[in-house]
Amino acid sequence: MSNRLADGGLIDRGRRLRFRFDGRGYEGFQGDTLASALLANGARLVGRSFKYHRPRGVFAAGVEEPNALVTLLGQGRREPNARATTTELYDGLVAESQNRWPALSVDLMAVNGLLAPLLPAGFYYKTLFGGPGWRFFEPWVRRAAGLGKGSTAPDLDRYDHKYAHCEVLVVGAGPAGLAAALQAADGGERVMLVEQEPRVGGSLLWDRRTLDGRDGPAWAEAQAQALAAMDNVTLLRRTSAFGYYDDNLVALVERRTDHLAAAPAFTTRQRVWWVRAKRVVLATGAIEQPLLFPDNDRPGVMLAGAARAYLNRWAVKLGSRAVVYTNNDTAYACALDLAAAGIEVAALVDLRPAPDGPWPARLAEAGIALLAGHRLVGCRGGQSVHGVEAAPVNGGAAKPLGCDLVAVSGGWAPAVHLHAQAGGRLGYDEALGAYRPGPVRQAHESVGAATGMFELGQITGATVDDGDASPVGPGVEPAPGKVFVDLADDVTAADVELAQREGYRSVEHLKRYTTLGMGADQGKTSNLAGQSLSAKARAESNAAVGYPSFRPPYAPVTIGALAGADVGLRFVPQRRTALDDWHRRHGAIFVDAGHWRRPRAYLRNGETLEDAYVREAAHVRQSVGIADISTLGKIDIQGPDSLELLQRVYVNDFASLKVGRARYGLMLREDGLAGDDGTTARLGEHHYLMTTTTGHAEHTLSRLEYHLAVDWPELRCVVTSVTEQWAAIAVAGPSSRDLLREVLDGVDLDDVPFLAVADVTLDGVACRLFRISYSGELAYELHLPAGFAEAAWTRLLSAGDGLGVAPYGMEAMGALRIEKGHVTHAEMNGQTGAADLGLGRMAKAAKPHVGRAMSQRPALTDAERPALIGLVPTDGTTDFKGGMHLLREADVTPAPSLPVDSLGHVTSWSYSPALGMPIALALLNGGLAANDGATVYAHDPMGGRVVRARVVSPHFYDPKGERQRG
Amino acid sequence: MFLIPCPHCGPRAQTEFHYGDDARRTRPADDAGADAWFDFTYQRDNPKGPHREYWQHVAGCRAWIVVERDTVTHEILSAAPAKAGT
Repeated sequence: MSNRLADGGLIDRGRRLRFRFDGRGYEGFQGDTLASALLANGARLVGRSFKYHRPRGVFAAGVEEPNALVTLLGQGRREPNARATTTELYDGLVAESQNRWPALSVDLMAVNGLLAPLLPAGFYYKTLFGGPGWRFFEPWVRRAAGLGKGSTAPDLDRYDHKYAHCEVLVVGAGPAGLAAALQAADGGERVMLVEQEPRVGGSLLWDRRTLDGRDGPAWAEAQAQALAAMDNVTLLRRTSAFGYYDDNLVALVERRTDHLAAAPAFTTRQRVWWVRAKRVVLATGAIEQPLLFPDNDRPGVMLAGAARAYLNRWAVKLGSRAVVYTNNDTAYACALDLAAAGIEVAALVDLRPAPDGPWPARLAEAGIALLAGHRLVGCRGGQSVHGVEAAPVNGGAAKPLGCDLVAVSGGWAPAVHLHAQAGGRLGYDEALGAYRPGPVRQAHESVGAATGMFELGQITGATVDDGDASPVGPGVEPAPGKVFVDLADDVTAADVELAQREGYRSVEHLKRYTTLGMGADQGKTSNLAGQSLSAKARAESNAAVGYPSFRPPYAPVTIGALAGADVGLRFVPQRRTALDDWHRRHGAIFVDAGHWRRPRAYLRNGETLEDAYVREAAHVRQSVGIADISTLGKIDIQGPDSLELLQRVYVNDFASLKVGRARYGLMLREDGLAGDDGTTARLGEHHYLMTTTTGHAEHTLSRLEYHLAVDWPELRCVVTSVTEQWAAIAVAGPSSRDLLREVLDGVDLDDVPFLAVADVTLDGVACRLFRISYSGELAYELHLPAGFAEAAWTRLLSAGDGLGVAPYGMEAMGALRIEKGHVTHAEMNGQTGAADLGLGRMAKAAKPHVGRAMSQRPALTDAERPALIGLVPTDGTTDFKGGMHLLREADVTPAPSLPVDSLGHVTSWSYSPALGMPIALALLNGGLAANDGATVYAHDPMGGRVVRARVVSPHFYDPKGERQRG
Repeated sequence: MFLIPCPHCGPRAQTEFHYGDDARRTRPADDAGADAWFDFTYQRDNPKGPHREYWQHVAGCRAWIVVERDTVTHEILSAAPAKAGT
């Protein structure tokens, strides 16, 4: 730590920390950031610039840092673009620099700097993405320009989200935030105070002020202790407010373990807090702005406040000879601090011709030369600054000043980001050269430096020293040269002027065309300067130029934190039926159906999926199988107008449905296309049970509720989801009646005809029996209380032992329904009407219903529309594939030559155990009426396969439905 | 991320609700004709400023409510049950 001052700083010199940067070992102290530790080791060069690969050093001391972006390694993670200035040092930290090849000090990509004239603003647009120019440049530009590389490995860290409410949320625990939090807490309000740094105090951590006789950091910590002792206060350190949303919802990210060498168990790495606050106090402080001059990006050029932070907070000897360049009083303290730390100050260069007030006198007292009315016109150096040239603002000879540190201050801009995100207006303050918060739309106020008010005594109410300094100063016309406005994006003053010349006048265009303010720092030290240059070029005021929208996040947030715990199985909620555990124990492989997990097939020894489902489906046709169909949506409908509701939502008639009977129903959407289907049973005079498809259960319930609330409030009936209360088991196959006869009481199954409903008991538990067939076999659906599902399921399996009863899964269910030509949402795909699905005759009932008017549109009654057909391979063996396009012979002979007109597509396919060959359902122009017996060619353009197929009726098996009525 | 003052449950996060439809439209009669049904099915205004919308409190009381919302500021001007008297 060659550049560490002998004493001072808020660091624990008793705790040495080892770390590595670009493979080299260093040491720092507890309390360091990666940036302060690197500087303390004399490591100046920390990165290469985005576009030109120019050497760059630490420029700032906080989230506003544009240059010092590094990739953090270790602990199983690789985090690119971390700011060295906000990365707390811990023992064993490993980091590497970015955007350099092969090494930081020898970067061959710096050739980009020589090609700078070829990389002007708007380069990407000018080379016309996709054009020959772009094709030539792309690989090179993509590789050469950019940031760190992320990892494709899984994120091993855990994150969580927390919701909180409070009366007052105070953002920022600097002097203003501490004062505001104490005031609110003393008033008894529930207060949350959040500070992005590990320490409270803000500017007090480096500004060497005294308050009520105590030094700044001690005063701040005492305030924090007082707050932490109060029951109504939550103080969160290392917590950044990054987003301000509607109704005073503020998003925070708390970095809980990033500063630790080893994270404790059961602690998430980062936590996002969603805080709904009655009111918000924004004590976000101010961000120092630079002054522009040629080659102002050399390592060793940094903000004056940052220089003071490294000196005073981290005891870093930043150099041996410094030049301070300012337009305002605040940087005078920097010069004085540098001198006090034993760093020679070559001169303080002040733009103002005659700076007055107490500061010039203090400078003179310290024996520091003042060059008033001067500006910097040059900056020499390579991997570190060697010197600058200062010249009178009014013109005159430049004076060289040797130095290895340039501390710059262009004034302080209130951090108005959250205020603006909240919908607050901003007003440009010409004197300050920055925006101040204006009228608000939500319940928040800004305090302290965030308002452009810098008087410490007034902010804190404490008795303070006479160290207040005004940040007000004039602007400067940068001297000609390579003047960097936006260090993070390598945007130069020339780029801003070029954008203006080329007509990109709007501040939003300026941003996008030049990329000004689009870096990881979001232009915190560059937007204002860029806008000022634009204003000059436009010969208009800054206020007229305006500012681009402020959007979250204020500072970068890891994607992991935003995702929180909602990853893996929690990415979407997984619904499991009451029988899920049984399925899992009995060899089921699962498939997602909507949010549900359903058994796909039950694999026996060595079976493939196809082996299993063919066996299961064949077994249903030959004997009896049982399936878990609990996921079917079940909606209980009660009330005197229940029938009227059904009449209005189903296309077919339910008026003739008697108590104790069930009927298949089809619903349309308002646009006339098929929406959902299912059976509805009449359980009592005014009591129905509607079933829906698994995937549309929630939507269908919501639509019924909508109709009853909005369209037909006069209907007296109530709809209630009972999907999860009732488990359901399909019992299907020629032996199903024999099986049920063994286990059910209270019913004579010979008295339960097709589509009848019966109340039954199974081992004394009341269940509902529906004689419904999806498979086309003699079949029943048994609805039973969910808690009884596994007992009933195992009872069915054991009772049917002599019958060989076997469970079957979704895949077999699919095979059975495809054999029967029953449609699912593969066919009800939002493009098909009732007639297209072969259900046209159901819609003949002369009654109004949802979708009726639109279903009579000419387009939906056109005979040429795609309609449901069946397909069989002409060779009797070749598989289909879902989504295959149906083509004419001429379009596949000798081979498909795309693009061609598609006649339709395969919606579902399966191997049919009953037919002994693959079969498919498809939608084909003109349907069966125009194509029965025709030959079509099913083409899979991705797989390159063509299947010659014959068009047949979609009812492959038992078309008259004799088996289900048996 | 705004709050919707559910008439039954009080102010609740927007994430508990599903947007339904433009509440200024009414469902045409079954025999209203093709034009009326076309407009109802496909035409939507995109008003700037106060707007009336149906929202359902799907993760709460499941009520359909009419929310008057300023589409510029997200200010909720009123929220009432879609079905009077509920």
